[in-house]
Amino acid sequence: MSEAIIKVKNVTTRFGKKVVHDDISLSVKEGEVYGILGGSGSGKTTLMREIIMLQKFKSGQIEVLGQNIRKLSHNEIARLKKNWSVLFQFGALYSSLNVIENVSIPLIEYTNLPKDLIEGIALSKLKMSGLKKEATYLFPSELSGGMKKRASLARALALDPKILFLDEPTSGLDPVGAENFDRLIRELASLLKLTVVIVTHDLHTIEYVLDRFCIIFEKKILFEGTFEEAKKFEHYAIREFLKFKN
Amino acid sequence: MSSFEIIQEDKTLCNIKINNNFDKESIKAVYSKVKKIKNKKFPLVKIDCSDMKALDYAGALILADLSATFCQNKSSIVITDMDPKSQHLLFFARKNLRQKSQIKQIKEIFFLAPIIKAGKYVIDSIESFIFFLSFLGESTLQFFRILMTPWKFRYKATAVHIEKSGAQALPIVALTSFLVGLVIAYQGAEQLVKFGANIFIVDMVSISMFRELAPLIAAIVIAGRSASAYTAEIGTMKITEEIDAMRSMGFSPIVFLVLPRIFALLIAMPLIVFFADIVGVFGGMIVAKSSLGISYTEFIIRARDVVEIKHILIGLFKAPFFGLLIATIGCFRGFQVTGSTESIGRYTTISVVNAIFWVIACNALISVILTEVGI
Repeated sequence: MSEAIIKVKNVTTRFGKKVVHDDISLSVKEGEVYGILGGSGSGKTTLMREIIMLQKFKSGQIEVLGQNIRKLSHNEIARLKKNWSVLFQFGALYSSLNVIENVSIPLIEYTNLPKDLIEGIALSKLKMSGLKKEATYLFPSELSGGMKKRASLARALALDPKILFLDEPTSGLDPVGAENFDRLIRELASLLKLTVVIVTHDLHTIEYVLDRFCIIFEKKILFEGTFEEAKKFEHYAIREFLKFKN
Repeated sequence: MSSFEIIQEDKTLCNIKINNNFDKESIKAVYSKVKKIKNKKFPLVKIDCSDMKALDYAGALILADLSATFCQNKSSIVITDMDPKSQHLLFFARKNLRQKSQIKQIKEIFFLAPIIKAGKYVIDSIESFIFFLSFLGESTLQFFRILMTPWKFRYKATAVHIEKSGAQALPIVALTSFLVGLVIAYQGAEQLVKFGANIFIVDMVSISMFRELAPLIAAIVIAGRSASAYTAEIGTMKITEEIDAMRSMGFSPIVFLVLPRIFALLIAMPLIVFFADIVGVFGGMIVAKSSLGISYTEFIIRARDVVEIKHILIGLFKAPFFGLLIATIGCFRGFQVTGSTESIGRYTTISVVNAIFWVIACNALISVILTEVGI
């Protein structure tokens, strides 16, 4: 539980002359649900994209599962990437495939399981994500926002990843749907022993789902710790951001 | 030692032992055994997990599926010596088991498939045609509105499109038209030499270029370039809800997007064709000089004498029709885009194919009409 699975050390990010992250460090422990918080445009999604190697950073070091992601060979990268999966903000389902094909495709590409078992696993992951069975054969364009997120979650879970990255999982969902989704993430994290990294600014998620979180404020990590610790932390930005009264 | 071993199998009992890792890597080898067992009936099934080292979700799902099937067949199932972590996973897999047979799927009857396909095609075509009529209607209506209030016309956008679809297309139009002029003259020259009718190369190249080829080549290039661009642009705007945003603010997407594009091509096409005329004939002139020994001066003097101005005018007269067709089809297909990114690709393809076809068809129609009238 205490071992750090993701370590971000002194990372600086710059887009042209604009500094996004200035020397930030944080660590995510194995098995915890960790939040990256911050206002719009604070660079929380950028930080996540850097960890999952979709974006380069200027200086510093990121370690995932004990491996420095900047110093990996092509094969090592491929192997490392199998340990995590990502739920993108708008689902990012492949539009030419229907729901079950979307969930099956990582299994088809990375395992040699028989076809009907893959189908069984895909169906089960869809049920796990709470997608109605009527939606199994629909195409992404026929799904609502919430259904897209659930189907996409099923796809992210397909290969039983160690780390699950969620980019604003509850944005665009109604309050009830968002709470259900939060509960689902919490449940799956404990049942499947996942390490979950969530980029969010949803207060309900912050309070009920996250074990620990960091807040990015003015290019720096302003705070890292639990919700209870945050309550005691005296800084106007945190109190404002987490809507603490007094 | 295989990971899924059947130790005993008879009328009363099935004894299964799971060894080592029962996971994604090892399942493939034993899956046929699992399926065989699954289809049989036993009063009692025992699964011994004492030597199992690891279980992943795929393995847990197989066990869950087996136990569900056996339960349905009213046999008892006993799983022994499973570690708590795996038990947990098995329970979770059991809870999330979903059978394919539970899902209603529309069954396709194979001999009806072509009929269903044909029917869908007809309905789609009719719907598409009705949509086209309403698009045309709205465009015409907005056009007349703009005539009443000309200061609302998007002059700036029109100029931008003239530059993007007209001026920027000149290099490629020049190249294609030059090459076609070259090739025609070259092939024609060989035939004309046989009759000693060298000088007629001028008539041939000039008239065919002015009247038919330059307009057609220019139109095809522009169709490939701009019809696709218009469809993709408008289609993307539809997916990102920009079009809805316009409508909700009371802006007409026809005025903002369609009319500027149509007018841009209406204005640009004749100019492009005129340019293609010059470059194409120039291509012919080069060949006339190099293989037939007709100098540029001779070529131009002969052309002035034999080529009537009507040929150039006919070519230029066709150009705005082509422009109108290309822009209308490009924009219309853009508005048909719905939902997914895939549909942008589909309608862009359709739009280019349609635009090229209708340009050629329209050219044929104009040719027939002009010949009948006697011009």
